[in-house]
Amino acid sequence: MIRRLALEKRPDPSPRLLYLLSALAIGIGLLLGAIPLWWMGTPPWEAYHEMVRGAFGSVYSLSETLVKATPLLLAGLGVGVAFRAAFWNIGAEGQLYMGAMGGTWVALTYPGLPAPLLQPLMIAAGCLAGAFWGLMPAVLRARWRVNEIITTLMCNYIAILWVDFLVYGPWKDPRAFGFPFTPPLPQTARLPSLPGSRVHLGLLLGLLVAAGLAVLLKRTRLGYEIRIIGLSPGAARYAGMNLGRTTSLVMALSGGLAALAGVCEVAGIQGQLRHGLSPGYGYTAIIVAWLARLDPWATIVVSVLLGGLLVGSDMLQIAMNLPVAGAYMLQGLILFSILGVEFLAGYRLVWRDAR
Amino acid sequence: MNDPLPLIELRGITKRFPGVIACDRVDLRVYPDEIHVLLGENGAGKTTLMQILYGLYQPDTGEIWVDGQRMRMRSPKDATRAGIGMVFQHFTLIPSLTVAENIALAAPGPGMFWRRKSFTKRAEELSARYQLAAAPNTHVWQLSVGEQQRVEILKLLHRRARLLILDEPTAVLTPQESAAFLRNLRTLAAAGHAVILITHKLAEALSVADRITVLRQGRVAATPDPAGVRESDLARWMIGRAPPAAPIRASQAAAAVELSLTAVSAKNDRGLWALRGVSLDVRRGEILGIAGVAGNGQRELAEVIVGLRQAVGGTLRIRGADVTNASPQTLIRCGVSYVPEDRQEMGLVPRASILDNLLLKAYRMPPRARGPFLNYAQAGDQARRLLAAFAIHVPRLDAPVSVLSGGNQQRLLLARELATHPPLLVACSPTRGLDVGAVETIHRLLLEQRERGGAILLISEDLDELMTLADRIAVLYAGEIIGCLRVEDADAATLGLMMLGGHALARPTPAEHGT
Repeated sequence: MIRRLALEKRPDPSPRLLYLLSALAIGIGLLLGAIPLWWMGTPPWEAYHEMVRGAFGSVYSLSETLVKATPLLLAGLGVGVAFRAAFWNIGAEGQLYMGAMGGTWVALTYPGLPAPLLQPLMIAAGCLAGAFWGLMPAVLRARWRVNEIITTLMCNYIAILWVDFLVYGPWKDPRAFGFPFTPPLPQTARLPSLPGSRVHLGLLLGLLVAAGLAVLLKRTRLGYEIRIIGLSPGAARYAGMNLGRTTSLVMALSGGLAALAGVCEVAGIQGQLRHGLSPGYGYTAIIVAWLARLDPWATIVVSVLLGGLLVGSDMLQIAMNLPVAGAYMLQGLILFSILGVEFLAGYRLVWRDAR
Repeated sequence: MNDPLPLIELRGITKRFPGVIACDRVDLRVYPDEIHVLLGENGAGKTTLMQILYGLYQPDTGEIWVDGQRMRMRSPKDATRAGIGMVFQHFTLIPSLTVAENIALAAPGPGMFWRRKSFTKRAEELSARYQLAAAPNTHVWQLSVGEQQRVEILKLLHRRARLLILDEPTAVLTPQESAAFLRNLRTLAAAGHAVILITHKLAEALSVADRITVLRQGRVAATPDPAGVRESDLARWMIGRAPPAAPIRASQAAAAVELSLTAVSAKNDRGLWALRGVSLDVRRGEILGIAGVAGNGQRELAEVIVGLRQAVGGTLRIRGADVTNASPQTLIRCGVSYVPEDRQEMGLVPRASILDNLLLKAYRMPPRARGPFLNYAQAGDQARRLLAAFAIHVPRLDAPVSVLSGGNQQRLLLARELATHPPLLVACSPTRGLDVGAVETIHRLLLEQRERGGAILLISEDLDELMTLADRIAVLYAGEIIGCLRVEDADAATLGLMMLGGHALARPTPAEHGT
């Protein structure tokens, strides 16, 4: 009897299955990534080994992984909560830049404030700027049904170019020989960090936010509304929910969280606002959120994994002389694989008798 | 029927889904020139069996024979090639294309060019040969449901289908349309086609069937000879016990008006007038039935009352208070419950848990809500009590609603909507597509609600249902109330004519209908 693979509908995918699929997607992505690596003359196995070592092999590399994981975690949580409400916010990058700008503005304007006052103010201003940036597309959609995918994407360009304008123009450090960044922020603006590493307060904030979001989604009325709106807008309207108001609230939260990533990047790592502040954290956050199946706790794990991927490919660049674009290529392949295996959430492969 | 070679033979078809056996060793023989009625409750496996025959599902075991040859239906493509066609409950027509174009798309033929003349001619030919009237150059969106159904059948005939499978085709038709439709089926059979008619309407089965197969819980319960069988026997085979007696309605004294609409007008999603000056009253302890062919403003009427659609003119009063264009939330607080027609898209959230679905209306109210928080322990207790009170069996409270059968989904929805003993219930086709058992429960629940003094607006396309439950029946046609009859004065023929817009034949509105 010949057997062949066939597809069958799967009525009710379990959460465990979904995480297994995420893991499978990473596996397939890495497998596909092996092809160009091999083609460039690098043994893929060695390259991946080097990456894992570079990302998790020592205390230093682990701390660097956490440094990269911090903005991914914050922005990923923001993106995830918006996706939960079926609001396709792909504007985390722009919201992150707006947050960085807001925080920097406070530090540059009130450099004399003591740290315990200055830092909360920076965070508040940054989050407000990001929340505003997230709110705009939400209001546009609620009022005129403008597609949020387009608007959030466009808002990225505006935010990034606006920050460029500031750091090339009015905010440029006069002593920086024409380089596009602001003067260094006062020491009081720098977030506390673990001694001997660059791991800063932002990571702790990220963990707290994840816990907070988990409670919000599972235990509160607002979280209930977010989930129902995301699963069925029709039923949400039927239940008397105000969709425009709730999605606006969600987008303010989402933008605020991505913005927090920006503030932390400025205040925790860079110490100044600069051109090219984020190497695409806001976009990688989309992959983080999706791999984590929009679950706040899982977002922690996934952001560390993808942070490790970034650090690992930096290592690859140094140790094996590969272009840094390799990391982004791998990310892209992993995202493609997720979208591919998504299919398996709705269908299962079965062996069946064939004639 | 001297046992020639069957066109289609199913042998021992078994299909398991997680937790249920949808089909259990089912045998079925279908002959040319015959109408074979497949009778059963929803969940009895009728549709699954037909989906297996049509290649949408693969059987776990069992064989399909066509013209005496064993075939494997891996996909609808295989089935189509074997001359099998199926019309689904939800039509698959493209509204912006014409009838002829839709028919041509079913089997576009060779070449890359669209030969309009030839396929228009083909559509006319088919339509004439089988007496299935459909103007080839009309756009599908302009057609009535009955006409659309004929186009679906023409599509299959264009593909040279020899066996036509029809899944509850009369569910959306008026009595007159149904009768005409069944005559069409007769013509098809006379022309040598085999027809499988899926239904749960007993009278319909008896009126057209050459053969009947009754399915119950995935098994063939009986294959009676339609000539010598009674409806009550069919019902007993279908549900495995004696059919319930018709519910008894106690007569109610005139009570206070709960809901009152005065000259309410509204538009549909496309911006066209859907309601034109509708006036009606529903009293406490009364069921007002709204009859009408689908798409004559029923949906819009319900939505205006529950606040999901703007009334463009007129007033809506509940217990005398003006609530025109109040928000859905306000109306929920006024005690308006709503069983929408589309339970999958609106009434329930299939992918959310059973508990979350039961919370849909109550999540703002203490003790389930405590400040900004939800008390899931409390909600779980209440949910369990509700499920017990309504005798609904669920696997777990955190299982998604999508795992429940259609009947249980509807019971769940009704349990939630009736849990608060709402003064006003708006119910749209609450029993559509449900099995006999579920229909019985839901009718009982509605009558109990009426006994408690609740006002019910029951919108249904099923005249039998309205005649059983309603105290008065108003007919909605093209967005207007054509007339309103006390149920004692109503009969199917009169109502059917009114549903088609027959003003003149409608009797005068009883005096109690609000002025």
